[in-house]
Amino acid sequence: MKKKWVIVMLVAALAVWLTGCGKSNSGGEKSVIDGGAGEGATELSYWTFVELHGQHFETMLKKWNEANPERQIKLNVTVMPYDDMHNKLLIAVQTGEGAPDIADIELGKFPNFLAGTPQLEPLNDVVEPYKDTIVPSRLDLYSKDGTNYGLPTHVGATVAFYNTEILEEAGVDYKEIVTWDDYKKAGIQVYEKTGKFMGTADTSATWQSGMMLAQQGSDFVDDSITPQVDSEQLIKGLNILKDLQASNVISTIAGGQPDTEEAYGEYNAGNYASAMMPLWFMSRFTNYMPDLAGKIAIAPLPVIEKGMPRSLGGGGTGTVVTKTAKDVQLAKDFLAFAKLSLDANVEIWNTLGFDPVNKEVWANKEVTHNPENKFVKYFQNNPFDVLNEMQDEIMLIKSTSASPTINNILCTIALNEIFEDGKDVAEALKSAQAQIVQELK
Amino acid sequence: MIKKFLYSQKVAPYVFVLPFIAVFAIFWAYPLASSVEMSFQHTMLGQEAEWIGFDNYTKLMSDGVFLKAVTNSVVYMALTLVILIPLPMLFAVLINNKFMWGREFFKSTFFFPALTSVVVAGTIFRLMFGEMEGSLINSFLGLFGIEPVKFLKGQVTGFVALLALASWRWIGVNMLYFLSGLKSIPDEYYEAASIDGASSFQKFTMITMPLLKPTTVYVVTISIYAGLAMFIESMMLWNGNNSPKNIGLTIVGYLYRQGIEKNDLGYAAAVGIVLLLIAMIINITQLIFTGTFKKED
Repeated sequence: MKKKWVIVMLVAALAVWLTGCGKSNSGGEKSVIDGGAGEGATELSYWTFVELHGQHFETMLKKWNEANPERQIKLNVTVMPYDDMHNKLLIAVQTGEGAPDIADIELGKFPNFLAGTPQLEPLNDVVEPYKDTIVPSRLDLYSKDGTNYGLPTHVGATVAFYNTEILEEAGVDYKEIVTWDDYKKAGIQVYEKTGKFMGTADTSATWQSGMMLAQQGSDFVDDSITPQVDSEQLIKGLNILKDLQASNVISTIAGGQPDTEEAYGEYNAGNYASAMMPLWFMSRFTNYMPDLAGKIAIAPLPVIEKGMPRSLGGGGTGTVVTKTAKDVQLAKDFLAFAKLSLDANVEIWNTLGFDPVNKEVWANKEVTHNPENKFVKYFQNNPFDVLNEMQDEIMLIKSTSASPTINNILCTIALNEIFEDGKDVAEALKSAQAQIVQELK
Repeated sequence: MIKKFLYSQKVAPYVFVLPFIAVFAIFWAYPLASSVEMSFQHTMLGQEAEWIGFDNYTKLMSDGVFLKAVTNSVVYMALTLVILIPLPMLFAVLINNKFMWGREFFKSTFFFPALTSVVVAGTIFRLMFGEMEGSLINSFLGLFGIEPVKFLKGQVTGFVALLALASWRWIGVNMLYFLSGLKSIPDEYYEAASIDGASSFQKFTMITMPLLKPTTVYVVTISIYAGLAMFIESMMLWNGNNSPKNIGLTIVGYLYRQGIEKNDLGYAAAVGIVLLLIAMIINITQLIFTGTFKKED
C-alpha cells in the first residue's frame, strides 16, 4: 500500500509543479498607503509608471479619508517601468483578470486602451461638477465619442528652458528670441563663443515635430484622422531644425531627446543651452540636474513667424478606473477628488511641479508664487508668469488611434534618418508615411 | 482494483510517458495549433476574433519593417555561428590540453557569464557602449585618439555591441559542450597518430574535428534556434523594443511589438508562424547536410 501513496504524492507533486509555473512574481515596487484610514477602509489598488504620482495620491488620500469617514480608502500602489506597466495593464484590462482598480495611462499609449470597446469606466458623471474650471482640451484627449475615460494630470504647456549662464557667457539675451531666426542667430553666437550647442535635435521623441506642426496650425493627422506625416508643414518644420543642425546651433544628444537619463547628464554638465519641453520637465531639472539651480529661465517657444502660437500641450497621463474595479463608484469619486478638485490641483503643482488643468490655480498668486516652493526656488522666473502670458496660445496635437504607430515610425526611423544620417527631410517623411499607412492597414 | 491497475504491465509505460505527453500537449501542441488559427484572424484580447483568411500573411510580405527584422535575425544568427562555433571549439581543445595551466580557472571564468541575468548584462553593455565620451568603450578608444562612436545608433556598430554581448555570454556554454565531446574521444587515437608521425594540426583536423561532429551538429542546431529567437539581448541593449532605425529589431521583437505593444495578436501570430518556418527550414536543411537523418550503416 505504501507504493500507492508514493504514486499519489508524485502525481500531486507534478500537479503543483505544473500550476506553479503560472505563478511568477509580477514584479514592480509595491507599497500600501493607508492615509490615516481606519479598520473598515476599502483597499483599492493603483498602478503607475511614475513614482512621484504615488506621492501625490498619498497627500490626497489623507484629505479624502478625513473628509469621508464613512468611505475611507487604503491605496495599494504598484510602480512599474513604463513599457512594462502599459503592456501588463492592456492584457489585464482586456482579459478582465488581474487589473488594478485605478491606473495611470500615458497619452501615447491611451489610444490602445480605447480601441474596440474600451474596458474602462466612463467618468463623465464625476467630471461634470468640475467641468467649468478645467482646460477642456485635456479631457478630450482621454475621451472617445463624447465619453470620458481618463482624468488629466496637467496641461503640459511646452516652453523653452534656457541656461542663462551659458547665454550670458556668449552675450545673448534669451528675452529677445522671438522667432527661429533669432534663435539661430543666438545659437551661432553661443557656438562661436563657447563651443556649446544651443539646443537638441531630437531623434527619439516628437516634442519638436509636434511643436513645429502646432505653430502652423497643422497636425500629424488630417481632420478625418488620416496620417499625414509627409505634410508640407512638417517638412518645413523639420527643415528649419535641420538648418539649425547644419549651423551647429542644435545637435543630437545622447539618449535621443532631453527627457532621458543620458541627456540629464549632458544638461547638468552644461553642454546644451536650451531645451524645448513641456512644463513637467521642471521636475526633471529639480530632481536630476541640481547643478543648474538658479541658472534656468523659462520663456515661450520661438516661432516660425511672429504672431504664431507660442506653445502646445505636450505629453500627459490619464488616470482611469477599470471595469473590474472592486467599488467602481468609490474609485471614481476618489479619483475626481484626487485629480480635479481645486485642492488636488494645488497639490499637483506643489508636489509634482506640473501646470495643473484647473486654471483657477494659475491665477492664485499665493500658491504659484509661494517662495517656499522648490520649483519657484529653482527657476529664475516664475513659470506661471509665462503660462498666463500665453494661455490662449496653448495648442493641441490630436491623440488618435493612429498616434502610437505614427510616434513609433517617426521616433525609430524617420527622425534618426534625418538628424543622424542626414537624409533629405521630404524623402524620409515620405517613406515614413508609406510605412505608417502600411502598418495601419 | 487500484492495485491491479497500478501493477499492470500494459498501463505502466503510458503512465511513465504521461507527464511528457501532457506537458507537450498543453504547452506546445495546443499553443502552436491556436497560433496557426490566430494567424488567420484579426484578434484583440478579450474581444471577438474575426476570420480574415490570408490577410495577415499578405500584409507581412509587403511589410518593410518585418523584412528588416528577418534580415537582422538571420544576419545575427549567421554571425553568432561564425563566432560561437570555432572559438569555443578552440578554447575547449586548449583547455583540454594536458599542458594547459589553470584549466579549472578558465573553465569557470568562461562559464560564469552564462549565470548572470541577461537583463543585468544587457544594461551594463548598454552603458559600456554608450555614445558619450565617458562610456567605457569610448574612453578606451579615446586612448588611441579615436573620436567617440555612437555605437547603438549605427547598424554595424550596433551589431558589434550585440555580438559582443552574445560572445561574452555564450562562449563558455558552447565550450562546455565541446569539452564534454572531447572527453569521449579515446586517447589511443592520438597515441596511434603520434606513432605515425602526425602533427598537432593534423591530429586536430583528422581526429578531433570528425569525432566532435555529433557535438558540433547539436551546438549548431541550438545556435541557429537561439540566434533566430534572440530578443531580450536586443531589448536590454536598446532599453526597450524600439532601436533607432530598427537596427536591433529581431523577429521575436517584431512579434512582441505587434502582439503585445500594439495588441494585434493575429498579425503577431503570423509573424511567429513565419519564424517557425524559417527556423525549421534552416535547421532541417542543416541536419540533412550533416547526415543526421542517415541510417547508421
